[in-house]
Amino acid sequence: MSALGRFQDAFACALLANDPSSASGAAPRDLSALVRQPAFAVYRNTVHGGLIDAIVANHPAVERLVGDEWLRAAAAVFVRSHPPTHPTLADYGEGFDRFLAGFGPASAMPYLPLVARLDRAWTEAHAARDDPVVDPASMTALAPERLADALLVPHAASRWVRSDEHPIHALWTRSRDPDGGNDLADVAWRGEGVLVTRPIDAVRWIGIGPAHCAFLDACAAGRPLAEAAGGALDADGSTDLARLMADLLDAGAFARLSVAHGSAPVAPTTFP
Amino acid sequence: MAIALSAGLSLKPAHYADALASPADARWFEVHPENYCVDGGPRLAWLDAVRARHPLSLHGVSLSLASDERPDETRLARLVALARRVEPALISEHLAWSSWRGAYLPDLLPFPRTREALDRIAANVSIVQDALKRAIAIENPSQYLAFDDHEIDEVAFLSELVRRTGCRLLVDVNNVYVSARNLGLDAAAIVDAFPADAVAEIHLAGHAADPRLGESLLVDTHDAPVAPAVWALFARLVARIGPRPSLIERDGNLPTHAELDAERARAAAHLSAVDERAAEAIA
Repeated sequence: MSALGRFQDAFACALLANDPSSASGAAPRDLSALVRQPAFAVYRNTVHGGLIDAIVANHPAVERLVGDEWLRAAAAVFVRSHPPTHPTLADYGEGFDRFLAGFGPASAMPYLPLVARLDRAWTEAHAARDDPVVDPASMTALAPERLADALLVPHAASRWVRSDEHPIHALWTRSRDPDGGNDLADVAWRGEGVLVTRPIDAVRWIGIGPAHCAFLDACAAGRPLAEAAGGALDADGSTDLARLMADLLDAGAFARLSVAHGSAPVAPTTFP
Repeated sequence: MAIALSAGLSLKPAHYADALASPADARWFEVHPENYCVDGGPRLAWLDAVRARHPLSLHGVSLSLASDERPDETRLARLVALARRVEPALISEHLAWSSWRGAYLPDLLPFPRTREALDRIAANVSIVQDALKRAIAIENPSQYLAFDDHEIDEVAFLSELVRRTGCRLLVDVNNVYVSARNLGLDAAAIVDAFPADAVAEIHLAGHAADPRLGESLLVDTHDAPVAPAVWALFARLVARIGPRPSLIERDGNLPTHAELDAERARAAAHLSAVDERAAEAIA
């Protein structure tokens, strides 16, 4: 390897190390001299500060629940082991929910990884492709005998998260609101789901039940509506299917309605 | 001779509406392409709207031209796609590295300016220019560390890149000031050494003393108004090379758009005055 490459191996390692002086011990002599200069801290602070700022900016609900200081401390551990693989910092933080699930100090807050996953869903929805949105009226225009075989393709911005134990819709909605409190005492503790999407120009979300999630999972897997409906009823036998479809269509969850067997779309879609 | 682009501002999301409402009068806006390398959504829609009214400059921070590896293919492809979408008046990058072995380290990192590094960086600049089918401008970053193994001084290094690749230069006069102060160099002499014909753009920004080390270490913070000493370097450079598209950079401690625009107007007035004096001299 070239001298430039060896320099970059050592410099990058010292930048990300927990203790740069320990990293410089293993580094070439010329690098340890650089790391000892007070100015090395400017680079270290910029890199760490930039990454930690991005994690905080991309997880406003987590910040509201745990506070800025706690989140910065957790992010400081995360960024060293998970530096970004791309330079769009507005999109940095993939995997932070899984990191929190294994992060000791978060163990008393088992709902925190799900809140982080919803913050991540917001980030992904915000920058997702500008798909069209299926007009709810186009469903009623479809001949009833073709409905069973029709496919609803989720919008590129649609993300859904479900918990059997935690009220993640109430927790997340309250925590995304800058004026909302972080007192959880009056939250009814039960399992909830959330659908996040961006049908036109703003990210929005609704609370959903297990039947909605099963329906969306089937649609995402390319299953026809009859199977998706069956999955929804398996998840919750009391489901009102017409109401479920109306909830999801009104939220803008789908980009395309088409009949199976490779036919062209049967109904017009509206572009945002 | 009137210049096509006068003074510009870095475009901040908080100022999208102000940028859209401001007059189309040779002002322009600069963005980091990395913030717009997304599939869709409101951020890109805002950029399209601003572009419909004003010229844009794409000022990259992540191609990592000084890494001892080729520029990342995916990033380069996304930059090419964004350039095709917004047809920027200017495209620029830094004489620095920010990625290594797949990890992005968000800073403009230094390296020993050796002949080996010059070969690698010239090759990387050419790869980027070939992909974009146009020349890019390369900026001098702020320097903090004293290397004892530099073989080539910074302006000579940049000038050689121009000679080998046909690239242009972006002179950041705030970075010249910060680097000179930190490394004990003569800022005026550095500004005087840039080859006039190669300079495509000028940057001005604010800096601050390091919170712990004080005035002995200046940091290129982009969170304050342009300092008087930096305005003086700008005037010195423009007096020698003539007017160039000039940008007020601001990232932190963001003031109102009106306040930033007053700094932009000061730079624009200076460029016009230099332009008129040059016209009179020719007449």
